[in-house]
Amino acid sequence: MEATHAIAAGMGGVRTAGDLVLRVQLAKKLRINEAKQYVADKLGVSITELCDVITMTDLRERYGFGLPHYEPDASVNIGMEAKFRIAEKLGIRINSVEKFKELAGTAV
Amino acid sequence: MESEIKYFTRGGDGSIIYMTEREIREDIDAGVADAERRGKIPPLTEDEKQHIYEIVTMPGSVVGVAPEDTVVSTSDSGSDKFTTKCGIPLERSIGAMVHERVLGADSVDIGNEDYNYKTVKGIAKREAAVLKRALGTTTIPLFYGAMPDLGFYTKPDGPVDNWAELLPLGKVDEALAAQEQAVEHSVHDILYVAQQVDAVGGDGIHIDTAGAAGDGDFLATLKAAEAIKSKYPNLGVSIGMSGEFVLGMHGRLKYGGKRLAGLYAHDQVKLAEEAGADIFGPVVNTNSDKSFPWNIARVCTFLKACSEAANIPIHANAGMGVCGVPMVENMSSDVVSRVDKCLIEICKIDGL
Repeated sequence: MEATHAIAAGMGGVRTAGDLVLRVQLAKKLRINEAKQYVADKLGVSITELCDVITMTDLRERYGFGLPHYEPDASVNIGMEAKFRIAEKLGIRINSVEKFKELAGTAV
Repeated sequence: MESEIKYFTRGGDGSIIYMTEREIREDIDAGVADAERRGKIPPLTEDEKQHIYEIVTMPGSVVGVAPEDTVVSTSDSGSDKFTTKCGIPLERSIGAMVHERVLGADSVDIGNEDYNYKTVKGIAKREAAVLKRALGTTTIPLFYGAMPDLGFYTKPDGPVDNWAELLPLGKVDEALAAQEQAVEHSVHDILYVAQQVDAVGGDGIHIDTAGAAGDGDFLATLKAAEAIKSKYPNLGVSIGMSGEFVLGMHGRLKYGGKRLAGLYAHDQVKLAEEAGADIFGPVVNTNSDKSFPWNIARVCTFLKACSEAANIPIHANAGMGVCGVPMVENMSSDVVSRVDKCLIEICKIDGL
């Protein structure tokens, strides 16, 4: 059933910008259109491009935002490292990033 | 002239049925009228009912929305379902990676297979360790979720008297007091789990199947949400409902001066907002004796009212037996994709 939701109506998570839009929903309580616009403005893309796998794969690779595929010879682009970059680019607080900084003794 | 073609659709139990245009339109009208009467909410417009008819009769095994209209997803115990639902032994932090990189999920919930806060409280630090492992290797937001499940606090397994046993004995005051005590135990447990989730950097806590044990269950959810946002303001809170209206097992419980018993989604969401929730997941029950057109028209009437009332994101609970999805274990994509299209294009939901 989750696969059907994803195909028929889902943004597709790290395939596009679904995870980023959901993060903005959580951080700012924004409805879907406002959350998409917020992320699109931060990334300098249109809503159509924000929901497009090809456009967003290129953009996520460029920004190091995490991808569905794994590139062992590239710089780490999945997980905590990606979330550091996402928090900075979107101007939001990500709980796990802040905890990581605290544990690493680098929190400001 | 009215068409006599019979269209393929489904019953609320998922079985194949064939209906004429007239039968489909009559069921759409009846579904809308039922929601209007029960919820005391406006009916859908003629254009919206026509759109439901077009989606129901649209050819194709899967229908979809325009790419720009796609929404985001949350789930309940999503990362554990490979194991509990499919029998594939997969540790939950690995399940989270599969959701992210294989299924394209926008978020996932690291929930325990015994999905209730009373159980989880005793192993909360161990559960937080699984969440922490997943947070280090995934990019998508991760929730930790469970249910308030107020009934678990009754004797002999829990600390309070069983109100379902007290009520038939005529011990009304004792039954009310027992529910009020259970609420406090539940809030305490949810808050304890939230503390562990926040300590490892979880993105949010999901209070799922809220209201399953009635108005006390929903009150515990709201009070827990308020306490979490007060103590751990950076932790997101998502509330997912159990049924379309709050059962009055107690009957007198209130939150913010509003009596909880009998509230439908458009009123529930306002209390979720007041409690500080970031996402609200409304439910409309699927009637397995009625057709899909009847069910989805009824769902859209309720959820359009909820979405219009809401100031926070609405993630409709579109799982087995709710929001027009048939009451069946193995789901057909034709009906699920039609549910999604109706919820997004008519109700303007923000997520699934």
